[in-house]
Amino acid sequence: MTVQEIVDRCQALFDDLDFNAVKDWKAANPAGKAIGYLPIYVPREIIHAAGMLPVGIFGGGDQLEVIHGDAYYQSYICRIPRSTIELGLTGRLDSLDGMLFPSICDVIRNLSGMWQLLFKDKYVKYFDLPQTYKDDIGGAFYIHEMQTLREDLGKLAGREIADEDLQNSIAVYNENRQVINELYQMRAKQPWQAPTSEIYLLLRAGMVLPVEEHTQMLRGYLAAAEAEERPQRDNCRVVVNGVFCEQPPLGLIKSLEMAGCYVVDDDFLLITRWLIDDVPTTGDPMDNLSKAFLHHSAATSAKFEPDKADKGKFLINQVRNSGAEGVVFAAPSFCDPALLDRPMLQEALNRDDIPFTAFKYAENTGQMQAIREQAGTFADSIKLWSA
Amino acid sequence: MNKAAPRKPSTEVIKEASMLKQKVMIDENFTRLSTANEDGRKVVSTFVPGNLNELLMCFDLDRNFPEINALQNGMRKKSGRLIMEAERNGQSEDVCTYVKSDLGMIEQGNIGPTGEKLPDPDVLLLSYTGCFTFMKWFELVRERYDCETIMLHVPYQADGSITQNMRDYVVKQLKDDVIPTLERVSGVKFDIDRLRQYLRQSQKAEDDLVWILQAAKNKPSPIDAFFGGVYYIGPIFTAFRGTEAATEYYQTLRGEIEQRLAEGLGPVTPEGDFGKEKFRLVVEGTPNYTNFREFWKMFYDEGAVVVASTYTKVGGVYDLGFRHDPDNPLKSLADYCLGCYTNLSLPARIKMLCNYIDDYQADGLLVNSVKSCNSFSAGQLLMLREIEKRTGKPGAFIETDLVDPRYFSAANVKNRMESYFQMLEQKSATQAA
Repeated sequence: MTVQEIVDRCQALFDDLDFNAVKDWKAANPAGKAIGYLPIYVPREIIHAAGMLPVGIFGGGDQLEVIHGDAYYQSYICRIPRSTIELGLTGRLDSLDGMLFPSICDVIRNLSGMWQLLFKDKYVKYFDLPQTYKDDIGGAFYIHEMQTLREDLGKLAGREIADEDLQNSIAVYNENRQVINELYQMRAKQPWQAPTSEIYLLLRAGMVLPVEEHTQMLRGYLAAAEAEERPQRDNCRVVVNGVFCEQPPLGLIKSLEMAGCYVVDDDFLLITRWLIDDVPTTGDPMDNLSKAFLHHSAATSAKFEPDKADKGKFLINQVRNSGAEGVVFAAPSFCDPALLDRPMLQEALNRDDIPFTAFKYAENTGQMQAIREQAGTFADSIKLWSA
Repeated sequence: MNKAAPRKPSTEVIKEASMLKQKVMIDENFTRLSTANEDGRKVVSTFVPGNLNELLMCFDLDRNFPEINALQNGMRKKSGRLIMEAERNGQSEDVCTYVKSDLGMIEQGNIGPTGEKLPDPDVLLLSYTGCFTFMKWFELVRERYDCETIMLHVPYQADGSITQNMRDYVVKQLKDDVIPTLERVSGVKFDIDRLRQYLRQSQKAEDDLVWILQAAKNKPSPIDAFFGGVYYIGPIFTAFRGTEAATEYYQTLRGEIEQRLAEGLGPVTPEGDFGKEKFRLVVEGTPNYTNFREFWKMFYDEGAVVVASTYTKVGGVYDLGFRHDPDNPLKSLADYCLGCYTNLSLPARIKMLCNYIDDYQADGLLVNSVKSCNSFSAGQLLMLREIEKRTGKPGAFIETDLVDPRYFSAANVKNRMESYFQMLEQKSATQAA
């Protein structure tokens, strides 16, 4: 397949707010269940090991008219919960048999309770992730949380989830992450060959496709993108930070690129790269998943940073490792985690003389002109400084 | 609508003995904090919900509560400029104003609400209970001080109960992280018998607090369980739980309320006795602190008394049976942290509010939704609908903020409150006919 054909498929999946890909999967797997999850992270390996389809729910974007959802939220609360409620109330999530709400912020936490009240026939779990990182404390708690999920999904599937199932699923997701890492490396090296507007769509496809199919798709894209000659522009190289939960409209990503920014690293759809290293495929799978979370996972605003000296280090490493020249902070309006984290990250960047710019967005932001001008000015200033 | 004539604002605030006693306790604590650094006493900063006051006292630590500083600054009309200071220094207008009030205060020299300087903390105990923002708050404060931060992660009661895994997790953190770090910072060895002794004091105060709050089941209610309740929870939710001073405070307060009950009196308001009780309300949400008296006046001028509130449970749901237990000290501390109101699921909160409406014979539910607290606010509109459906009692919804005066629109709030009271009156008249 050509790049365009692959991107077109991803775009169609992205545009489909009825989640027909999930319905198709269920039609092909009549006994199969689909389990939705919200950002940022759940161990999808457990869902997969139950023979189920994990489905990432990232709000309604800018194409969904939110009618019911707004009646559930005050004006000072972000967009993602209201569009998620809208998806649910309009039947678009009926194909899901359950929903997982990871601990990320108070809004998503409380959304789990709303889901319990509004969708009584569905499996609903608030998935608490540890904020302490010792194996015998946070790890013991987390393993128990995962074990509960494993047992719950086992009941839903009508069979126990064996260690071998989990080990197999861990291997499958290791492979997926490896290919995504290759993709990110390729983009960091030659961002004109793999624009972020395409990378983003590819990752979004992984939110609804079976992981094995997604991995094949990524491989196909890698091969097609390498084979295609694309013009290199005199853009600056930036890391985008703050987009880990409510998603920016695709138009915003395109606007950044049009404004002269090559995005060479980011925190979009962080679940696809949350675990930094391969998870061992032998031994106790729960213990392995726990250790991966505690000791080898990404830093983000929703995670406590125990060491003051390490605050911002992950972002600075992203900048250094990707050869970025600056950081674009893009946070959803009313996002406490991203907006409260931002000044600390900015201070860390200041200490390392890394330039940045910052703005807010909502998933349904329609006017990109101001963002394009801001990003363009930022890109120009970087070019001037580095000249 | 047959309205009582609004009282003219009084310049002299009526205060009972218990309120004066509490004022002395708070002022003394601020004064003590102001000299802690120079006197060589160690200071811990920590949060109200799920606070470990009794444990902290075991290490001779002075306790500083940033939320209390923020609300006290709000009540003294100081928070607005502090919030703007924080915004000038890069904080977003979108985020929690408690945090910004605190950061603004630190930026401006850390002068506390009483005008006395607050100390640099020696340790930040991040009791991560029922509020995600706490975590970011202390990460931000940590940037300004060279001190240790202890994370105490308290899992969320998503399914309406405390599991053994949750309890074990919290106890293990207490044993392996919190206590050893506090020993190291303070230089004081942990003595579990000393903890038991404080917990015994806590129990006595908790028994009295529950009696006081449940006195509102009487008609007329001798207390206001929201505006008055803010004062009643002051000592037990903060630096005084476990002290003899707190126990004495609650005995004094209980005595006052027993007296009012015997005389058939309503609550004391800042302008004197309440007058005739017309409406009995349950309130969900936090108060507004920048216009506290003005807000309260909107209630008592209309004869509306709050008979139960959820805000008075953010530092412990004692009325549902919890007591600190000296025989099981660490387990008891864990259960306390896990059980605070904002750590409860939405279905559990709804059930609690429905029970309040029933048990306290309330006429309706008022939700004061504040911009700053997503932990409280996200989901409140659904809660309101669900509670109206289950109880048949009308609800009202208003929006303000904790300590940002820009978000308190007195005219809008008053307008909505008056409409609500009219509706309650009409409903009451219809039922009587």
